[in-house]
Amino acid sequence: MIKEKKSKTGAFVALVCVVLLLILTIVLENVLDPTKNIMLFTVLKKGAVYALVASSMNLLNGFTGLFSLGQAGFMLLGAYTYAILTIPAASRDSVYYLYGGSAIHFSLPELFGGGVFGLILGVLIALILAGLVAAGVAWLIGLPVLRLKSDYLAIATLGFAEIIRAVFQWDKLGPVTNGANALKSFPTFSSFNIPGGLRLSTFVAFLLAAVCIAVILLLINSSYGRAFKSIREDEIAAEAMGINLAKHKRLSFCISSFFAGVGGGMFAMFANQAQAKTFTTAMTYEILLIVVIGGIGSISGSCIASFLYLATSEWWLRFLDSEITLQNGFKAPLLRNGFRMVVFSIVIMIVVLFFRRGIMGDKELPDLFWKRKAKAAGKEGAK
Amino acid sequence: MLKIDGLRVNYGGIEAVKGIDFEVPEGKIVTLIGANGAGKSTILRTIAGLVKPAAGRIRLQAEDITALSPDRIVSKGITLVPEGRHVFPDLTVLENLKIGAYLRTDDLNHDLEWVYSLFPRLKERSWQAAGTLSGGEQQMLAVGRALMSRPKLMMMDEPSLGLAPLVVKDIFSIIRKINEQGVTILLIEQNANMALHTADLAYVLETGRLTLSGTGEELLKNEAVKKAYLG
Repeated sequence: MIKEKKSKTGAFVALVCVVLLLILTIVLENVLDPTKNIMLFTVLKKGAVYALVASSMNLLNGFTGLFSLGQAGFMLLGAYTYAILTIPAASRDSVYYLYGGSAIHFSLPELFGGGVFGLILGVLIALILAGLVAAGVAWLIGLPVLRLKSDYLAIATLGFAEIIRAVFQWDKLGPVTNGANALKSFPTFSSFNIPGGLRLSTFVAFLLAAVCIAVILLLINSSYGRAFKSIREDEIAAEAMGINLAKHKRLSFCISSFFAGVGGGMFAMFANQAQAKTFTTAMTYEILLIVVIGGIGSISGSCIASFLYLATSEWWLRFLDSEITLQNGFKAPLLRNGFRMVVFSIVIMIVVLFFRRGIMGDKELPDLFWKRKAKAAGKEGAK
Repeated sequence: MLKIDGLRVNYGGIEAVKGIDFEVPEGKIVTLIGANGAGKSTILRTIAGLVKPAAGRIRLQAEDITALSPDRIVSKGITLVPEGRHVFPDLTVLENLKIGAYLRTDDLNHDLEWVYSLFPRLKERSWQAAGTLSGGEQQMLAVGRALMSRPKLMMMDEPSLGLAPLVVKDIFSIIRKINEQGVTILLIEQNANMALHTADLAYVLETGRLTLSGTGEELLKNEAVKKAYLG
């Protein structure tokens, strides 16, 4: 009973922290000039998107124990669904110029009357539909694929992601997917900046990611989450306890894909375009890397790791890519284009060597505080 | 309560259970004893729905439950404590217990108190990861977890496996206690001595066939049983 009270105050503290974080993003974006701090805001926005996708992957790989590598495929489905549904009708002809116009003639934000209200509602519904399309496809391919285990499941889902990527580039689907060309002109994070007023693009990215991650966390802490974990730990015992393995695996797979789809839509909003060739296997590996570095089975680990990963790979190590010549004519050795990735790989190897179970292991952020408190209480008790 | 007719089960290409009939009367402790490979575990796994039978009927209180899915069978009131305990190592003791009650939607507090009163050790360790418990404690947890589904019939697969004799004694006295509180128990054991002393009714299983049956007392005195299982 005491623990329940504790977890309630814990949830309240977490909520306050998230709200503070959201306010901080608004302050940050309006105090600092985004044009002068491009890297910072790129990392923040992309980090929010990756945090969501990594959390969804963690739900499947870390909590349910299903090793799936289809994340980029589901993101692609989400990105395309979002883009196709939100490109303004007026821009469709110029976007689809190679195919003589689009097969779809409406745009969700305009359907809701345009303006601020139409934009918010249209984008939200498009993102939810993006998730639903990904979840629906996940349900279909889950029927055969979820009979497989570990490595075999990984290979099957990896293959699925590649097939999806090829299908979306198919010329015959041009009027819908624009073939191998990018979809653009749809509402992005920057569309939420109020002209001449508050800049809200980073805030919107954080808000969407925070809401989705909160839903994932609530799910993990519910009895479904416990069932997922029990499947990860011991399938035989889980089945003997009356947990329907097939049903719960499918549920976890569909929910994970739903949020990957939403994340894909957000990725399109971040990148200002949606193009099948960006959703490569390498993207899945990036996300897998974030999950592993953050800690398999820790949502807060995935969030922290996604920002650290992106900051390191895209921002902090940038200087290694250009030659530096000191004033006395001394040229620093090795520094040239591409050297950044060498250093980055070494950093990852070091991190993996020293944090065998990721930064957070399977603990969440609040656990660290509780533990310290419990230890302190124990010491006082001993006195 | 549980009635099994002409059960045949193929397991890994061989016929592990070759047509057996037996009954588990309500409120009793029933044991199946037999050597390794006699088919004891297969019978329990078949009743639990984890393995599909090739032939035969399984009835629970006159209702046919043959080949239902495991979750349906659990919701009918049959639960299995698997061999080798199979607790969820990275989950806490409390989470393990709650998973035992996964199919229930009513309030669990009463049953949690009941399990904690049977196993005070589990209450002390309720926030500890189950993998860090000792073998005996893990067995207690496996039993407690099964009880959380509030079963009418609890099936136990080798509860004494790998435990020290004193711990085994504890476990068996708790089995009797659980039985006194109204749970029917079907137990399979290699530790025939302990099992026969505890059981009201016992069956001897040899390579997929039942060869002897009787009360625990009778079988303890039986020469053939003495020679084969009691030494």
